[in-house]
Amino acid sequence: MNSKKQPIAPRRKTSFKVYMKRYWQLYALLSLPLLYLLIFKYVPMIYIQIAFKKYSIVESVWKLPLAKNYGFEYFIKAFKSKDFILALRNTVGLNLLDLVIGFPAPIIFALILNELCFKRFKKVVQTIAYMPHFLSWVIIYGLALQLFAPSTGFINMILNNLGMESVPFLNESRHWVATYAGLGVWQNFGWGSIVYLAAIAGISPELYEAASVDGAGRFKKMWHITLPGIKPTIVVLLVMNLGNILGSNFDRPFALQNNLVMDVANVISTYVYKVGIKGLQFSLTTAVGLFQSVVGVFFLLMANWISRKLGERGIW
Amino acid sequence: MDINMKIKSKSGKIGDWVFVIICLLVSVVCLLPMVNLLARSLSSTDALIRHQVYLWPKGWNLEAYATVLSDVKYIRAFFWTVFLTAVCTLVSLTMTTLCAYPLIFGGLKGRSAINIFITITMFFNAGTIPNYLLMKPLGLLNNPLVLIIPSCLSVYNMIIMRSFFYGIPDSLRESAEIDGASFFTILIKIYVPLSKPVLATLALFYAVGRWNGYSDALMYVNEPKLYPLQLLLYNILNNINSVEVATQEGFSAPGLTESLKAAIVMFSTVPILCIYPWLQKYFIHGVTLGAVKE
Repeated sequence: MNSKKQPIAPRRKTSFKVYMKRYWQLYALLSLPLLYLLIFKYVPMIYIQIAFKKYSIVESVWKLPLAKNYGFEYFIKAFKSKDFILALRNTVGLNLLDLVIGFPAPIIFALILNELCFKRFKKVVQTIAYMPHFLSWVIIYGLALQLFAPSTGFINMILNNLGMESVPFLNESRHWVATYAGLGVWQNFGWGSIVYLAAIAGISPELYEAASVDGAGRFKKMWHITLPGIKPTIVVLLVMNLGNILGSNFDRPFALQNNLVMDVANVISTYVYKVGIKGLQFSLTTAVGLFQSVVGVFFLLMANWISRKLGERGIW
Repeated sequence: MDINMKIKSKSGKIGDWVFVIICLLVSVVCLLPMVNLLARSLSSTDALIRHQVYLWPKGWNLEAYATVLSDVKYIRAFFWTVFLTAVCTLVSLTMTTLCAYPLIFGGLKGRSAINIFITITMFFNAGTIPNYLLMKPLGLLNNPLVLIIPSCLSVYNMIIMRSFFYGIPDSLRESAEIDGASFFTILIKIYVPLSKPVLATLALFYAVGRWNGYSDALMYVNEPKLYPLQLLLYNILNNINSVEVATQEGFSAPGLTESLKAAIVMFSTVPILCIYPWLQKYFIHGVTLGAVKE
């Protein structure tokens, strides 16, 4: 995994004692983080078994009786439930939308920034563009309310003044999906461009000079030098995003959703919160979470494999 | 580059200005919601009801801010979140350093096993409900520590720090080792002082994460006094008024005025907006480090 190997002193037979005398400090330093990971990342896996068992609050998880259908009762129940199927569809749908709209935005922005010749101006634009990344989704929801509310929102006030009907940006399913995607772009285009700008900075300036001598214009250089130069970065990030297609962040959909648009806004994470933590159906939602994790790992492995097949370095 | 400049034609110059204009538009789109919000927070309720406020306050007044600043509920949530953010950042930075530093030693036995142990957690998550069920036996439900401990180490950030540590020349460490310095001394005397840029970046990441996070409080905390600012804000925006709080603290405003809501959003945004521009060069470096694999 790590290419840098530190040359170590020649080994002797008595080495364990000698080794521990020197290295015990490193293990001591590591103990706390590893204990943390053990407790908060590995121990919860014990509870995964309740996906296959009938949960009861009084009984220890190990003693719970197996659920019906060889333990798969809750998986079957989930896939028969309309709400879960909708949540699954919405998760994949909204992620795909983010991929189509949200993924190219930082690349385009990085290309534009790269063309700016005023250094100070460029820096100011960057600072402004990074700002939305630092806002929480609750704040962005607050901002969106002020902008998009049916009659009191900034945009609808302008539309009304121009004699047009209000647009239900947040209250109607289709418009909500567009707003959700748009806010995603708004929040991430600047931040996402950092990686691409770094990749662009790594392209040799000689290539550009040679192209200029050959009479290549701005867009030719962009197309033939800059884009191929950042292609590896694009592919790796694209593959990572594809691998995460079933992943669902909680903060964004939960902050932005409301009762009027639940048919398109409820994703797996918010479904699990509502049905599991609020509705106390622990076995059902653990089954849903397990399904999501397992399929998610599978997608990631596949995405990595595809990335390698394309001749790019994998994610790991 | 000289040739580039000389060859640049008139159309090239026009092109320059086109990009400048695009960037100006992008900046406007980023700033407009904030300007609109600021204008609303400074306007009178009257002007807001009559739909007169766009980007400049009408009926200029600071009443909304006065209300926010005189309400114990907001002030307490603000300072609680500031405190929480400070503690979280410190704890998380310590944990991240403790995890990243030993892993750069090639001589550490069991290092690859430890790496696997750590990496697995990045790809496989037990899920929301198992994590939730764990909090009860740990006694963390409704406990302020639940907002600190469960999120105190991000493996992703640890990898950024480890990449940075790899960039510090081995020779520095080796010469210290020859002088008889222990690994712990080397960490404190050499690695920490040299790692200020990455520490600043990760401090920003952790602080922003804690300041902006609300889902853990939503799931694990019932006690309104422990709500961080963002969860309070979420409840206010959605008109979820906790009855207990309303009666206990004389907070009685069914449906807050628009300007008050705007002022509260502003109030919970400003601290981060004041900090991030100063750390720009660091976090750019940090993000780039994260993108480069070890």
